[in-house]
Amino acid sequence: MTELPTVEVASGITSLAWLLFVLPAAGSLILFVAGRRANTWGHWLGVLTVVASFALGLAIFFQTIGMSADQRTTEVHLFDWIAVAGLKVDFGLRLDPLSLTFVLLITGVGSLIHIYSVGYMSHDPGRRRFFAQLNLFVAAMLILVLGNNFVMLYLGWEGVGLASYLLIGFYQDRPSAATAAKKAFLMNRVGDVGLALAIFLLWTNLGTVQYTDVFERIGQVSPGTVVAITVLLLLGACGKSGQFPLQAWLPDAMEGPTPVSALIHAATMVTAGVYLIARTNPIYNLTESGRLVVALIGTITLLIGAIIGCAYDDIKKVLAYSTVSQIGYMILAVGLGPIGYALGIAHLLAHGFFKAGLFLGAGSVMHAMDDNVDMRRYGGLWRKMPITFVTFGLGYLALIGFPFLSGYFTKDAIIEAAFTAPGWQGWVFGLTASVAAGLTAFYMTRLMIMTFFGEKRWEELETSDGGHYHPHESPLSMTVPMIILAFGSVLAGFLLTNGKALATWLAPSLGELREAEGGALPHSVTPWLVLALSALGVLVAYLVVGRRPTPVERPERVSLPVRAARRDLYANAINEAVIARPGTWLSRFLVFVDNRGVDGVVNGTAALFGGSSGRLRRLQTGFVRSYALSMLGGTVLVAAALLVVRFS
Amino acid sequence: MSILAQQAQLTAPPIDYGAVAPLLIILGAACVAVLIEAFLPRHQRWPAQVVLSIVALVAAGLALALYAGNSGPEGITTISDALAVDRPTLFLWGTLLALGLGSILLIADRSVEPGGAFLASAASRAAVGGGGGGVATGGGVGGGDPDPDRGYGSPDQAPTMQTEVFPFTLFALAGMMTFCAANDLLTMFIALEVLSLPLYLMCGLARRRRLLSQEAAVKYFLLGAFASAFFLYGLALLYGYAGSVRFSEIAAASAGSQKSDALLLGGLGLLVVGLMFKASVGPFHTWTPDVYQGAPTPVTAFMGACTKVAAFGGILRVLYVAFGDTRWEWRGVLWAVAIASMVIGAVIGLTQTDVKRMIAYSSVAHAGFLLLGAMSITAAGTSGTLFYLLAYGFTTLAVFGVISLVRGPDGEATHLSQWAGLAKRSPVVAAVMSFLLLALAGIPLTSGFTAKFAVFSAASADGMVPLVVIALIASAVAAFFYVRVIVLMYFSEPAPDGPTVTVPGAFTTAAITLGVLVTLLLGIVPTLALGWAGAGTFVG
Repeated sequence: MTELPTVEVASGITSLAWLLFVLPAAGSLILFVAGRRANTWGHWLGVLTVVASFALGLAIFFQTIGMSADQRTTEVHLFDWIAVAGLKVDFGLRLDPLSLTFVLLITGVGSLIHIYSVGYMSHDPGRRRFFAQLNLFVAAMLILVLGNNFVMLYLGWEGVGLASYLLIGFYQDRPSAATAAKKAFLMNRVGDVGLALAIFLLWTNLGTVQYTDVFERIGQVSPGTVVAITVLLLLGACGKSGQFPLQAWLPDAMEGPTPVSALIHAATMVTAGVYLIARTNPIYNLTESGRLVVALIGTITLLIGAIIGCAYDDIKKVLAYSTVSQIGYMILAVGLGPIGYALGIAHLLAHGFFKAGLFLGAGSVMHAMDDNVDMRRYGGLWRKMPITFVTFGLGYLALIGFPFLSGYFTKDAIIEAAFTAPGWQGWVFGLTASVAAGLTAFYMTRLMIMTFFGEKRWEELETSDGGHYHPHESPLSMTVPMIILAFGSVLAGFLLTNGKALATWLAPSLGELREAEGGALPHSVTPWLVLALSALGVLVAYLVVGRRPTPVERPERVSLPVRAARRDLYANAINEAVIARPGTWLSRFLVFVDNRGVDGVVNGTAALFGGSSGRLRRLQTGFVRSYALSMLGGTVLVAAALLVVRFS
Repeated sequence: MSILAQQAQLTAPPIDYGAVAPLLIILGAACVAVLIEAFLPRHQRWPAQVVLSIVALVAAGLALALYAGNSGPEGITTISDALAVDRPTLFLWGTLLALGLGSILLIADRSVEPGGAFLASAASRAAVGGGGGGVATGGGVGGGDPDPDRGYGSPDQAPTMQTEVFPFTLFALAGMMTFCAANDLLTMFIALEVLSLPLYLMCGLARRRRLLSQEAAVKYFLLGAFASAFFLYGLALLYGYAGSVRFSEIAAASAGSQKSDALLLGGLGLLVVGLMFKASVGPFHTWTPDVYQGAPTPVTAFMGACTKVAAFGGILRVLYVAFGDTRWEWRGVLWAVAIASMVIGAVIGLTQTDVKRMIAYSSVAHAGFLLLGAMSITAAGTSGTLFYLLAYGFTTLAVFGVISLVRGPDGEATHLSQWAGLAKRSPVVAAVMSFLLLALAGIPLTSGFTAKFAVFSAASADGMVPLVVIALIASAVAAFFYVRVIVLMYFSEPAPDGPTVTVPGAFTTAAITLGVLVTLLLGIVPTLALGWAGAGTFVG
């Protein structure tokens, strides 16, 4: 078991930490309340609050870094949220290296994406509403990572779910957006139930939900319960982070505006699951089987994401499945335990940079291509939009793990650690992760070639309103954030892993990073294996996509694996069969038993159109006698059951 | 003199007037309201009734606050132990008075529906409506006005409101207050009838959709009578078992008795069924959707909020005081009932197309959640349930307040398809409704979350983890139909001839604001209310 840090009361600028989330929350509130009056300046207020949060985060970071490692965990008590005998929940913040890392990621990338959105949304009449919701998201996400207890975490958890739901459905005139928003909300609810149950289990067993107390006393809980808690926490993580079996909502979530995809569905919210597991590492440290489940889920997901990513033609969906896959790597890393927590967070940060950059680049391309997302209509764009091409290209290289760029350091470290897992696990985790790295190289190269190289297929095509495509470079407000993120993509990995800088910094929260030893493959071999597989992926992509003309229409006669991948490996069909259909049957059955819902629906509709009192009369077809009968039945059951229980 | 005094003491039990003052004020005001109906000219009745009701509620609230401030946490029984005035009673009374005030505000509003939502003069129309109409109009005094949309009075007068609804409300409220405080089964039964009879009548008073309203009233009456019969039978069995109707003596009898438990458990079963009918716990909920839909919306708000509080107040006391020691005998059965209620409410709610029916099924699901708290015979369970009632009551009140604002050409537009695109027409109403629905779904920073958290944690601490699992899943399912309404309001195109949103008058605005504020405050700073809810337990 790892040593738990002592928790001090925050002092100095750290005691102002509540401003971190209050600023964006206030911005959001002002934008919502001010209404149309704020249309001219609202977006700048949105930017300002997040940038201010970032500046404050930096100040706190520097103050913290000046302290010795054992003093870096502090708490800010704001007020007693729920405080009665036997039930105590603080409204308090925990500032430690882990939460500060996330604060900087959220506000830093958040600031860039806010600035980018000023340009991206400049023609949208709903820009003020967009910024209000984006600010709301940032505030909720900050609460999620800053809270010092599980209920605060849950508050942020639901908050980001709500903001994400609003933002996915932002384009209100698209029915697909509403459907996607609903799907995201529902699948997230499944995860939320898991998280809530885990919290209640902790509560029941320990009588507290404060991190400090829980981590201190978790050893008293029976091992079976600990496993249950870890699995339930993982279910919550799966919902929020789009992990198997709850991954299907994330690609659909791309219906939202592209900056949203970059911020929420790539860099921040979807990493909440990784945060959750890393944060609760004292619980996971106790149970090997709990960690194994986590690693397995991560492995399955990283493979699924990589496979499906190869089949899509929608640039944002490819990136979305790439996100699913990369978060799979992170989950795998944190599932490896003390040898992996810091590696997962490192990859999370690097991924935050390059994936946000890739999404912003995709947004820039869409901006140029009349909001078209079909890569089959792109081609040869590199000349038209050089900045986008270069920044996107750097992000691409970072993602596939090109030597000495971010992904090379962070992803390879995870794969290396995966090979050291004991027994069969090392082979399964390590090899799957390596193969998926090859697949990553394939689908990303395919994306690059289809978008930026080859023929200019768009020259022959018409836009949806009959005009021609005029690709052009995006304005400065969009390109500058992309350039900054590109620098991050190049340098982050080296800076984070050099001399184990990040791991040392995170040690008070995650414990010392243990050196991975032994394992299936020698350490000297792994990087070469991954590199070879990635090179193979690039090569195959070049041979398959680069050397042949790309048909504008998607070929329908394709092999079985491609067909399966195009249909998301039947995830939706499975959800339909396992959850939706039984649910429908249950509700039909209950309505039938309730003996009126069906009639009510039919007659209600009739009455709506008819409107005469004669039809209204039919609204209630339930007969008192049948109601009374059902009551009698219930009563007999209750009385009989009571007596049977007693006298049997 | 001294002999006389002694005799007087023998015949009239001592009454702690300070303790029961809130109840007496409401009862007294109800009687005065009847006199106002009888003696004041028609045009003066509305202002007089409104002023009287509000003054009575505020005065009762002050009396309650005064008594609560000066009394200890242990509580007393008074009027020969017929009433128990302890901390839960005081909390429930406070909740009922506050919710009653909100309901009175909704009921008194005459701007949303010109002339108010109430009308009792439809004897001629009722004949068309079938056999039940006569019962429904039994409470409605007044001539048979041929025009159903015209109020009480001659045709050339502006529509006026049927003001009988005010004394009905006050009587029902007094009944509810007695119900929560009743310390024996007979008092409880009488309180049950006192609260129910005015409610049956109030359901039938709708100005619009009169047949629907009257049918609801008849159904409610018949089923209510049926449920009362169960209650009475249970009472009789329990009396046979314990030789007393007092809760504490039933508990004492069950503790040290060699008698057959058949009477005890049979009586408990029947009694609980009668109580759960009022609380609309599934599977005894069948009346709820019809009555919620048919009753005038302000009355639905009153029923949805106050009846739930009173009924669960009664259930809490009965289970805690009379059957606390025998909990292992009955808990299994109530598990099944709670599961049934949660599943029925959440799943059937999914298929509803009428917003009032949807909230009705939501209330069935919430009743299941509440039962979780009521079953945990612990201090945390009691305080959690009390808090839940407070939170749920205010949210429901505001929800029905908002529903009464969305109107089509012939009255309220309750069909869900009519709510499509409401946010474009009226962003404020849509935002308020969304907030309230999120509170019903239990999203943090609303009272719904705190309440669920309190109740579920109490239940899981008392060994009901499987039930909490089901409850969480049920609330996840229920969240879907709340969200569906939000999606409809925000993401759908408005229907071309959709409903308009009436600008609410001061009364309705006040009621909705009250509900929303409480919902928000109980989510952010619930400590004070949780403290009140947990300040003491039941007296035996």
